[in-house]
Amino acid sequence: MSRQVGPLCALLWALVLALPRAGAVEEQPVSASRDFQIVTFKWHHVQDPYIIALWILVASLAKIVFHLSHKVTSVVPESALLIALGLVLGGIVWAADHIASFTMTPTLFFFYLLPPIVLDAGYFMPNRLFFGNLGTILLYAVIGTVWNAATTGLSLYGVFCSGLMGDLQTGLLDFLLFGSLIAAVDPVAVLAVFEEVHVNEVLFIIVFGESLLNDAVTVVLYNVFDSFVTLGGDKVTGVDCVKGIVSFFVVSLGGTLVGVVFAFLLSLVTRFTKHVRIIEPGFVFVISYLSYLTSEMLSLSAILAITFCGICCQKYVKANISEQSATTVRYTMKMLASGAETIIFMFLGISAVDPVIWTWNTAFVLLTLLFISVYRVIGVVLQTWILNRYRMVQLETIDQVVMSYGGLRGAVAYALVVLLDEKKVKEKKLFVSTTLIVVFFTVIFQGLTIKPLVQWLKVKRSEQREPKLNEKLHGRAFDHILSAIEDISGQIGHNYLRDKWSNFDRKILSKVLMRRSAQKSRDRILNVFHELNLKDAISYVAEGERRGSLAFIRSPSTDNMVNVDFSLPHPSTMEASVSYLLRENMSAVRLDMQSLEQRRRSIRDTEDMVTHHTLQQYLYKPRQEYKHIYSRHKLIPSEAEKQDKEIFHRTMRKRLESFKSAKLGINQNKKAAKLYKRERAQKRRNSSIPNGKLPMENPAPNFTMKEKDLEFSDHEEAPDYEAETSGGIEFLANVTKDTASDSPAGIDNPVFSLDEDLDPSILARVPPWLSPGETVVPSQRARVQIPQSPSNFRRLAPFRLSNKSVDSFLMADSPEERPHALPESTHM
Amino acid sequence: MGARGSHSAVPPDADSIRRETGFSQASLLRLYHRFQALDRDNKGYLSRMDLQQIGALAVNPLGDRIIESFFPDGNHQVDFAGFARVLAHFRPVDEEDPGMQDPKQPEPLNSRMNKLRFAFQLYDLDRDGKISRNEMLQVLRLMVGVQVTEEQLESIADRTVQEADIDGDGAVSFMEFTKSLEKMNIEQKMSIRILK
Repeated sequence: MSRQVGPLCALLWALVLALPRAGAVEEQPVSASRDFQIVTFKWHHVQDPYIIALWILVASLAKIVFHLSHKVTSVVPESALLIALGLVLGGIVWAADHIASFTMTPTLFFFYLLPPIVLDAGYFMPNRLFFGNLGTILLYAVIGTVWNAATTGLSLYGVFCSGLMGDLQTGLLDFLLFGSLIAAVDPVAVLAVFEEVHVNEVLFIIVFGESLLNDAVTVVLYNVFDSFVTLGGDKVTGVDCVKGIVSFFVVSLGGTLVGVVFAFLLSLVTRFTKHVRIIEPGFVFVISYLSYLTSEMLSLSAILAITFCGICCQKYVKANISEQSATTVRYTMKMLASGAETIIFMFLGISAVDPVIWTWNTAFVLLTLLFISVYRVIGVVLQTWILNRYRMVQLETIDQVVMSYGGLRGAVAYALVVLLDEKKVKEKKLFVSTTLIVVFFTVIFQGLTIKPLVQWLKVKRSEQREPKLNEKLHGRAFDHILSAIEDISGQIGHNYLRDKWSNFDRKILSKVLMRRSAQKSRDRILNVFHELNLKDAISYVAEGERRGSLAFIRSPSTDNMVNVDFSLPHPSTMEASVSYLLRENMSAVRLDMQSLEQRRRSIRDTEDMVTHHTLQQYLYKPRQEYKHIYSRHKLIPSEAEKQDKEIFHRTMRKRLESFKSAKLGINQNKKAAKLYKRERAQKRRNSSIPNGKLPMENPAPNFTMKEKDLEFSDHEEAPDYEAETSGGIEFLANVTKDTASDSPAGIDNPVFSLDEDLDPSILARVPPWLSPGETVVPSQRARVQIPQSPSNFRRLAPFRLSNKSVDSFLMADSPEERPHALPESTHM
Repeated sequence: MGARGSHSAVPPDADSIRRETGFSQASLLRLYHRFQALDRDNKGYLSRMDLQQIGALAVNPLGDRIIESFFPDGNHQVDFAGFARVLAHFRPVDEEDPGMQDPKQPEPLNSRMNKLRFAFQLYDLDRDGKISRNEMLQVLRLMVGVQVTEEQLESIADRTVQEADIDGDGAVSFMEFTKSLEKMNIEQKMSIRILK
């Protein structure tokens, strides 16, 4: 692929080079002559921004080229490709100019490239997951990084003392300094690689969170050792060490605090942007960036500041700003982050092409690589061992392997090492070259191999034979069962704290930081949803049924063809299943099992295959399989929504059925009960039917009515008839008893009163979406509810459509997740 | 929070529940917090409504069946002991401490058989000890997308029942159910790590 890219980029590069040359030639006479010129060529005037723009263009074009071939990008991570591209481009520049004119300077990196990436990470952080695992993340970020820094530095020093590295002008402190800058796992690199490797969400958030939060540790260690080196080894006292430790807390907590304060400001500002919608998105970026700069100014952890700014503001900002602004923010953020990442990796490649910085010391480079890998593994295993005693979700061996292997180093280390002062750190060049090697090794080699590794580890666990039909079906059922049980048992701990926090948030924070309209919608969702649940379900079902029944009409024509004789499979299904077979054979690492499979398959009858295929393709996936947590390049997972919607419709329809039969029996819904009573009182006034007479006379029409109801609502649920009907009867009995005991004066149960069925006023109040032409007649229970409901639906509808006020973290378990699950969910 | 206000920290008769379910003290406490969080009105028990509030369950094809399984015998409420009992089925099987369970006592809730029985009961709606073709069909209908037609579903249900049906009565008994899944690592598949 890079061969393909080479020429194209060379072309582009020629263009880039040609321009300054031309400018240089032409520029002199222009500036010399003072005559008025109609057209002037002022290259120097635009040089810097022009070159920057061209670089960005080149990087973006390169991305297009990479993605022309899906095969390449699916195997090689984009970051590795970009580094390779950078190396090539750097080579061309070098060949043309013999000076490395474009290297990534720390200023460029820390001020312009890093902030968008980290802000993006914070703003789209899956908060609930993040805070649920905060303890683990902090341990890895703090202890893990200190461990890595210390062990790597000390080990290198130890080897240095043994003389294996030859003569270097370094001391213990230099090694520790180097260790501290090389120790930190890099957020940019980790994201770039993990983006393409789909690991489970807990694992992802741990590595991702660690890479973000270890910044504070890195900054402190770096600063401490840098100042120690400046002081000189002998003059470091115990007081300095204590100061170092104190400064860690100041830097990390201070950075976080700055972030939170700015998040507060940002949320507050967006509350009042109603009339300046057009610049709304700007606030998000400017204020977050200010948080970064502020903490940089106070020499606090800037990464922490902007991360927490993003994390804390996301909920309120999303609720406050208009939907369009939210979309703008989302896309701009993704664009900036993705662009910055592209440029970083390309510049890393370009920066490496500069003979001036290279100093080779085989022992040092190789040992560094060895030590960082080995100590990473040891660190992860030790910490996980400790953590697993306290964690609810255990980290298994495979997780540990991925975590150890995912310890990628990146541009942060490079930028830090470039910042070193050569007068103080004599071996800066060696450190720089080693850092580059380490970065390239981890990003390219580990990045390339982590995906196969993850796949291989999974394959090892999966079964080596074709599962039987029963196993396939039940296996999937078990997945669903597990995920349901997880939801019921509260997947991630800290429920108590989360409850407290969400109370505090609802009572105070949201009141201050959210627009009143947004608050209202939130409050209503929180409080009223519970009561409206019932009516809502009814409306949902009715609508779903209308759609469902339409779909039902359409399908039989094709079915008959396909399925009258199942041994004559539909051509398209066949085709799909063949492709599925191919796919499966390719992906599975089964080696000799494969030939066996093949033979078995040829014998196996087509029917079975088609059945298997149908199941394979159409069985609903358990939640974990489709949920994306965070992606820098993609915004919305869409397949999941369809599935969610389908299941949601079904669930609601089913629940309605049970509501119908059970609601009054349980009498949970006070409002419904009240309505019912009112209705009943009305009935009593309207129809003064003699005591207990009617039900004895006329039970039959009632039951047929009941059955008709079930029929209309239950095309697909034929086998349920019995159960439902009997439930209905039971319920009728219940109600009869109920009313008999509570009003001995007379039986006034509307279910039994004949005139209700004919009551025109009630029929007239049937909502408009139930067109009178259809034979759809709302059931008794539904009818009790529906007359009051249309206005409520309308009231609820907007909330269902706009989920911008819904946050995944605090409200994840509350009822409002239900509307949330349907429309786009950006932060998943 | 309602009139009763404070959450009590320890579940009532924690010891007997622990003995029955085998949960560790910490897990039981966590589950109790969860139970209280779900119990919105501080009733001291959960109703179907409480569980239906969990948003993720509405998009889980088997969500409502799971909810039902918390309410055996047509009960309308489940107390904490019942709640824990159901969840105990999903406790991982721990090989290393068999001393926990008295051999005289009945099988622990999280044994392979009990895990399977739990699943089986989700299928067996009429509780006759057999998964009939219809019951299989219903589960299938819940679990596959709308693209699959009724006929296809029926065919799949037929085949599934046939595959597991050993005695040829057209239904899957519990024994046949376990037999058809004997190669599957149920202990692992039906366990949740968090429920230690």
